[in-house]
Amino acid sequence: MVNQPRANAVGTSLPRVDGVAKVTGRAAYLDDYDLTGVLIGQTVRSTVAYGVLEAIERDPAFDWSDIVVVTAADITGKNVVLLIEDDQPALVPIGGRVMHVDEAIALVAAPTRARAIAAAAAVKPKIRALPPVLTMAAALAADTKLYGETNVYKEFLIRKGHATDAELEAAIASADELIEGTYDTSAQEQMYIEPQAMQAEWRDGRCHIVGSMQCPFYVHKAMKALLACGPDDVIIAQSVTGGGFGGKEEYPSMLAAHVALLARRAGKPVRIVYDREEDIAATTKRHPARVHHRLAVNAKGEPVAIDVDVLMDGGAYLTLSPVVLSRGVLHAAGPYRCPVTRIRGRVVATNHPPHGAFRGFGAPQTTFAYERQIQKLARSRFEDPLALRSRLALRSGDTTATNQLLGASVGTDEVIGAIERVAGPRPARSGTRETPSGTIGVRRGRGVAFYFHGAGFTGSGEQRLAGRCTVAAMPGGQFEVRSSSTDIGQGAITIFVQLAAQALGVDPSLITVVDPQTDKVPDSGPTVASRTAMVVGGLVERAAREVRERMAAGEPLPVVTKQYEPPPGIEWDDATYTGSAYPVYGWAACLVDISVDLDSLEVQVDRCVHAVDVGKAINPVIVKGQIEGGTLQALGWALLENIVYKDGRVANASMTNCIVPTFADAPEIETVIVEVPYPFGPSGAKGVGEIPMDGPAAAVANAVEDALGCAFDSIPILPEVVAASRPKWSKL
Amino acid sequence: MTEYARPRDIDEALAVRAQHADWMVLAGATDLMVTANRKAVPVGILDLWRLPGLGGIAVERGVDGKELVIGAGATWLEVERAAVILESSWRPLALAAREIGALQIQARATLGGNVGTSSPVGDSLPVLLALDAELEVASVRGRRRVPYREWCTGYRKTQLAADELIIAAHFPELGKATHTTWRKVGTRRAQSISKVMGAAAITVEGGIVTDARIALGAVADRPIRITAVESAVRGVPLSLAPDAARAAMRTAIKPIDDVRSTAAYRRDVAENVVARFLSGILS
Amino acid sequence: MISFEVNGERREVHASPWKRLLDVLREELRLTGTKEGCGEGECGACTVLLDAEPVNSCLVAVGQCADRAVTTVEGLATGDVLHAVQRALVTCGGAQCGICTPGIAVCASHVVDRGLITGVPDVEARLVVRELLAGNICRCTGYQLIVDAVITAARETEAAR
Repeated sequence: MVNQPRANAVGTSLPRVDGVAKVTGRAAYLDDYDLTGVLIGQTVRSTVAYGVLEAIERDPAFDWSDIVVVTAADITGKNVVLLIEDDQPALVPIGGRVMHVDEAIALVAAPTRARAIAAAAAVKPKIRALPPVLTMAAALAADTKLYGETNVYKEFLIRKGHATDAELEAAIASADELIEGTYDTSAQEQMYIEPQAMQAEWRDGRCHIVGSMQCPFYVHKAMKALLACGPDDVIIAQSVTGGGFGGKEEYPSMLAAHVALLARRAGKPVRIVYDREEDIAATTKRHPARVHHRLAVNAKGEPVAIDVDVLMDGGAYLTLSPVVLSRGVLHAAGPYRCPVTRIRGRVVATNHPPHGAFRGFGAPQTTFAYERQIQKLARSRFEDPLALRSRLALRSGDTTATNQLLGASVGTDEVIGAIERVAGPRPARSGTRETPSGTIGVRRGRGVAFYFHGAGFTGSGEQRLAGRCTVAAMPGGQFEVRSSSTDIGQGAITIFVQLAAQALGVDPSLITVVDPQTDKVPDSGPTVASRTAMVVGGLVERAAREVRERMAAGEPLPVVTKQYEPPPGIEWDDATYTGSAYPVYGWAACLVDISVDLDSLEVQVDRCVHAVDVGKAINPVIVKGQIEGGTLQALGWALLENIVYKDGRVANASMTNCIVPTFADAPEIETVIVEVPYPFGPSGAKGVGEIPMDGPAAAVANAVEDALGCAFDSIPILPEVVAASRPKWSKL
Repeated sequence: MTEYARPRDIDEALAVRAQHADWMVLAGATDLMVTANRKAVPVGILDLWRLPGLGGIAVERGVDGKELVIGAGATWLEVERAAVILESSWRPLALAAREIGALQIQARATLGGNVGTSSPVGDSLPVLLALDAELEVASVRGRRRVPYREWCTGYRKTQLAADELIIAAHFPELGKATHTTWRKVGTRRAQSISKVMGAAAITVEGGIVTDARIALGAVADRPIRITAVESAVRGVPLSLAPDAARAAMRTAIKPIDDVRSTAAYRRDVAENVVARFLSGILS
Repeated sequence: MISFEVNGERREVHASPWKRLLDVLREELRLTGTKEGCGEGECGACTVLLDAEPVNSCLVAVGQCADRAVTTVEGLATGDVLHAVQRALVTCGGAQCGICTPGIAVCASHVVDRGLITGVPDVEARLVVRELLAGNICRCTGYQLIVDAVITAARETEAAR
């Protein structure tokens, strides 16, 4: 066995193994695959937000001879895109309810894209429109029942340190000061630059599906139900994926259903690649939320009671809403010590296109609320915002709002300390900026935030997932890593190579990570929840170590599969939602300096510092890239990004009008990687994918409040909002 | 299949135009080809991209002194890199060019395209108004000049006849006493559609504003001169002009709410932008 | 029949002059390195050089390319030797999911090959690079490591001259 050169060990910035393929354009994404013999599919969608599908008509003047048409009637198994519940159909059946604008009604396939577009336009759904439910308030009123009797997909109630509402109110009443606020966060589009793309082909009686996705086994599970087939009759493969951010966690199952149905009817492979407008309008987005937060503190400013009420808009189908709400409520009290906390949450059904997974997954929404509240507390006490947070923060030995006792790997002091060390003096409140039109006035402010993010699935989730990974010794001194974890840009392949190489004691060039395909890899669980490095990477490490041991003992080509084993001491009660919610948390703090252009009222981020405790940076450059990418998504969410709904339709469904930050909008981000090792993570690593998204929006809102002297409790903080707030600004 | 013509010179282009009024006139195509795959296929293309004689940026001797002539085929990238524009009071043309889309758009989008499309948010158009440009258009019937301030006749409607092509824009020389300026407020720092943008040419003599041309885009169905403000500041000491401008701005424009912004914001910011056109001269 | 130069080679295609250059590259010529992200000229994933200047190939009608020269990401390397920006994007971590990377590599190659930040001090050069690349949207990286890569490639190229 060769000792690995130091340069390739865990903790070094090995250039990503798929880097050359990507910079040369050789990496093949789904739509780069040869189209010979492949039909192009197109989706016929509802233009109505709520109604009943009465008929599907076809224009008789159109030439249908080379067109394949599929409706719900063609579904042999269950007409459902299986996820948590089976409420969402793959195609609306005749007589069924249409639940949102752009819901899929029918499918067409044609030899060319132009013919497919024309054919789709020639299919005319006849829908009897009904008044839609378009606000969370209307959903709660439940005059129109979209889901059950109450329109509530899921609710939670978590109590700590009290048993009844009366006790909670007494605790609040006993406080010296009460900070109370309502915080609104908007829907957000993932805007992966590769649109949703999928292709299906039926061969030898089996359905082969390949495409852009995060979770091949989610798609596999959904297809078994839709096609009423066994696990070996459908094979799902991930193609090189151009970004996901959660937007390709559950939605690909819908698209897989569509191409599978078309391909079976056509007897030919069928590919669907969404137009950008269609992708923005029809696929999932971050759940909009309204969080009401009460923070009751004693004379020293320490929380004596926290009461949070979380309300999220789930859209037209349940999809992943219960889990998004779960993560939201589990983070809602924030990383602060408090003896009495009550957290309530509800996610409701509306006739908006269903909302779904997006990096952070409920935590950014509730983090925004609690960090705004802590900011208001600091302002009320004229206390330094970082010093206050440090005073109140959770550390090892403290208990969270679910009564989880925090153990190892709590980087509170390290991340706050990192910000304090580089913060420097706050910028002058008033200043000027040179522009081509002359000198404009600006007002400046500084904001900070401190937050945490549970790595892995909640409670016993990882045990239920029972993720597995295989490492195999191959002929010629090579090794294979087989897992269902997908590289969606975050560098999963590369860090698995590093972990395996280190554990095996060989050069990384000898390791191949097999392309995830459901008949070739074990189910390692989905590529979500900041679990890939920590949980699956841990399995890679364990399997690789055992391969090495067995080879040392003389076994020629061992193949080792490891399954997730929870660390000791994880106890979780699903009924009361108390106990160890996550095996470990990431910790982070950020500082944002902004300036407001007093002519245009635009907020510019002049400086952003982000310190993140990741346990161990398996590959520092990759970790830096995750932090910077997530941070900019959060800054965009805070200032620029917005979904405009009109009568339930996404009115700004183009890249021109649904904007994300450009190179010119992005500040230079100062990243501080903090490592407080997690004993049960591979080389000490825990999750990093999501936490950079959680906090910066609150820091921005805190900074704008600091600059202008009035509260900004909803995002995005568009220039229009800043302009309208002018009467409330404090004097300089 | 779509027909295609690439004329060798302007006369040939005019001949094709006269013959095929239903053909699409294409230069940089940055507007006409957006979502091309879902648009109706044109019956023919008259390709003016890099047409000899249609490009060019030069200072020439005109009727009343020097004038800047920018060919309709000049790209915004050429405009923003032209020393003869950057180092002159025609500079707002370069400033506007730099904020049109981003590099890939600037390398293709042309003055002729901007002027022909005549979008209410065409970023160069208020500059043409403020600099009092004159357009040169031609057809097989001959050439004519149209003051740009008379060019726009409605929402995306211009004086261009069906057989005409835009040849060039002529910009008169500005005296030393004339200050020119430009501001765009968009949805983000680059690749952005304007919410409010404008340009101004303000002449100050002896501390008094003796002439003002102030133009705004994105606040009406076409780029407009804010004549109410121009009257309000003419004859006023420069130090008092910004406030006079603000007062006049309050009722001067009627912007709208749309998917990108609100009427209230546009009104607020337009007022600030126009006031800054004047106060920026002081500093 | 439309004839034009692609990556230094004369190519001929049968296509409608209205067909987007992007589609001709990907379909007729099977040069799939150039990507489609939006079809509107907003994202820059389709960036190619047309007569040595970066353009969105989704907004170029192939008829307009006749007798002109196009460079795609496939034409940046010289044989097996990557262009400096490609090397730097790999070593600096400037590529994550990679879908925007070809467009960025092409646009950045223009910045480097034309010396657009030669002699510009690094702090200002970073702002210039950001402005020049603002037509390329990346959702993964937050842009920082890409800026690092372009500066690295530019300085390496300047030093070699």
